[in-house]
Amino acid sequence: MAGPVARPGKGTIVKSAVIKADHLDLVFQTNDGPVQALSDVSLSIEKGEFVSFIGPSGCGKTTFLRCVAALEHPTGGSLTVNGLTPDAARQARSYGYVFQAAGLYPWRTIAKNIKLPLEIMGFPRAEQEERVARVLELVDLKGFGNKYPWQLSGGMQQRASIARALAFDADILLMDEPFGALDEIVRDHLNEQLLALWARTGKTCLFVTHSIPEAVYLSTKIVVMSPRPGRITDVIESPLPKERPLDIRDTAAFLEVAHRVREGLRAGHAYDE
Amino acid sequence: MRSVLPILTVVMAILALWYGAAVMLNRQWTLDQAARAGQDLTIAQIVADTMAQERPKLPAPHQVGAELWNTTGAMVLEGRAFTRRSLIWHGWVTLSATLVGFGIGTGLGILLAVGIVHNRAMDMSVMPWAIASQTIPILAIAPMIIVVLNSVGISGLLPKAIISAYLSFFPVVVGMVAGLRSPDRMQLDLLRTYSASPSQAFWKLRWPSSMPYLFTSLKVGMAASLVGAIVGELPTGAVRGLGARLLAGSYYGQTVQIWSALFAAAILAATLVGIIGLIQRITLKRMGMAR
Repeated sequence: MAGPVARPGKGTIVKSAVIKADHLDLVFQTNDGPVQALSDVSLSIEKGEFVSFIGPSGCGKTTFLRCVAALEHPTGGSLTVNGLTPDAARQARSYGYVFQAAGLYPWRTIAKNIKLPLEIMGFPRAEQEERVARVLELVDLKGFGNKYPWQLSGGMQQRASIARALAFDADILLMDEPFGALDEIVRDHLNEQLLALWARTGKTCLFVTHSIPEAVYLSTKIVVMSPRPGRITDVIESPLPKERPLDIRDTAAFLEVAHRVREGLRAGHAYDE
Repeated sequence: MRSVLPILTVVMAILALWYGAAVMLNRQWTLDQAARAGQDLTIAQIVADTMAQERPKLPAPHQVGAELWNTTGAMVLEGRAFTRRSLIWHGWVTLSATLVGFGIGTGLGILLAVGIVHNRAMDMSVMPWAIASQTIPILAIAPMIIVVLNSVGISGLLPKAIISAYLSFFPVVVGMVAGLRSPDRMQLDLLRTYSASPSQAFWKLRWPSSMPYLFTSLKVGMAASLVGAIVGELPTGAVRGLGARLLAGSYYGQTVQIWSALFAAAILAATLVGIIGLIQRITLKRMGMAR
C-alpha cells in the first residue's frame, strides 16, 4: 500500500505522494486506560485524488484527518504532508479544513467569515476582497457576501465554510463529514457541486463520511476502516469515470464498488455490536 | 397594548396589599392616641388616620409618592435640585460612586477572566479567592475598608467606589470566564489550522463570543455596585447619599423618608440596568447577532 502507486488509466506515470502515512499509530491515554485510535495505518495519496474514508464511529477516520492537520500527533510511525511534517505543512498553509458544522461566526457576514483566515494569515486588504469574491463564485454564493449566517440555509452555510477553506489556496482540502448534518436532497446537490469544484480546482481532497453512496459517488479512492483498533481494512481504487452525473449511482459499476465497500465494512466486523 | 392589562393588574394588586398592610400595621398607634385622648373613632376615621401619620410603621404608597415628589420634582421647580434636602443630590452622590465602582469592578473582572482563561495557574488560584471574597458579608467588611482607606488619607468617593467594585467584579469574572470559554473545540481547532496566535484567537473569536455573557454580567454587576455604594455610605457618618438618607431616616424614625430613599434607589437601579439593556440591544444588533 505504501509508496507511489500508478493511477488506473494513467499509464505508467508515477506521481509523488501528497500525503504519505507509514505504519501510523496513535494511542490516546484516557481514564479507562489506553485507547488505540490508529493502528499500523499506511496510506499514500497522490496529488489531485479524491479520497473518502468510510467506517463506523471509532474507526479512526476523523482521527487520521486530524493527524494530517496536526490537530492530533501520532505516537508512532511517520506522516508527511507535501513532503513536510504535518506541523510544517500547516505553517506552509498546505490544507484547508472543513468541519462537520459550518462553524461560521454569527457576528460576521459570509464575506467576512471567508476573510477570517486571510486576516489571520495577513493577506493584503485588496487581495482579501478579490479572493473572497473568487471563492464565493466558486461555491455558487455570489451575492450572499453581505448576508449573516443565520440568513442562509444549512447547505449554503456549509458551502460558505468550504469557500472559507479554499480562500487561501491550499492544495489539500480536508473534509470531516461536511454534509453529515444535512438532508439527503441537499446532500446530493452539494455532492454534485463538490465534484464540479474538485474538477475545476484540481485539489487533493480527503473526505470523511458515514455514507457508502456518498463515498462511492465522490471518490477516486475509498479507504474502508474498522474500529478497535482503528485500522484500514480495504483500499478501493474506483473504476468510475471522472465525469459523474448523479444517475451514475444506478449503474452496475457503481453498485459493484458500493458492494465491495459494504463487504469491506463487514469484514472489519464494523457493525457487530 | 395586550401586555398593559396584566401589568396594571399586578400593580393594582400590590397597591391594594400595601394599603391593607398599612392599615393593619398603623392601626394600633391610631387607637392608642384615640384612647389617650378619650375619643371614639369610626372605622373610616381609623383608616383615614392610618394613611396620614407622620411616622407610620408602614407609610402608605401615596405618602411615599408625595415625599418622592417633594424631594425631587418640586425642588427642581424651586431651583434647589442640588441642595441637601434634595433626593436628586443624594442620588447623584450615590450614582457617582456606583459608576466609578462599576467601572473599576468591570475592568478588574474582565482582566481576571482573561487571566483565568489563558493561564492555568490563575485558573486554579484566582477563582477560589474570588468566591471566598463574596462569602464575607459586605456589611462587615465595608467599615473596615472605609477606616483603612481613611487612615491613608483616602476619603470621599473612592472608598465607596471600592466597595462597589468589590461587589461588582464577581459577576463579571464568572460571566466572562464562561463567555470567553464558550467557543467550542471545533472553532478553536479551526483557528489552529490557520496557525492563529493566542491574541488573534482572543480578539477574533473569544471576545466577540463572550459579548452576550458580558452584558448579562454587567446588569448583575451594576445592581451590585449600587448596593455597594449605599452600604459604603452607611458608616461614613450619614451625611451624603441615598445610604445616608436611609440611615438618617432610621435614626429619627422617619419611615416615609426611608421608604422614599429605598424607592429612589430602586428606580436608579432599574434605570441603570435598563440603560445596559439598551446598549446590549444596540451592540448585538450591530454585531448581527440579534435577529
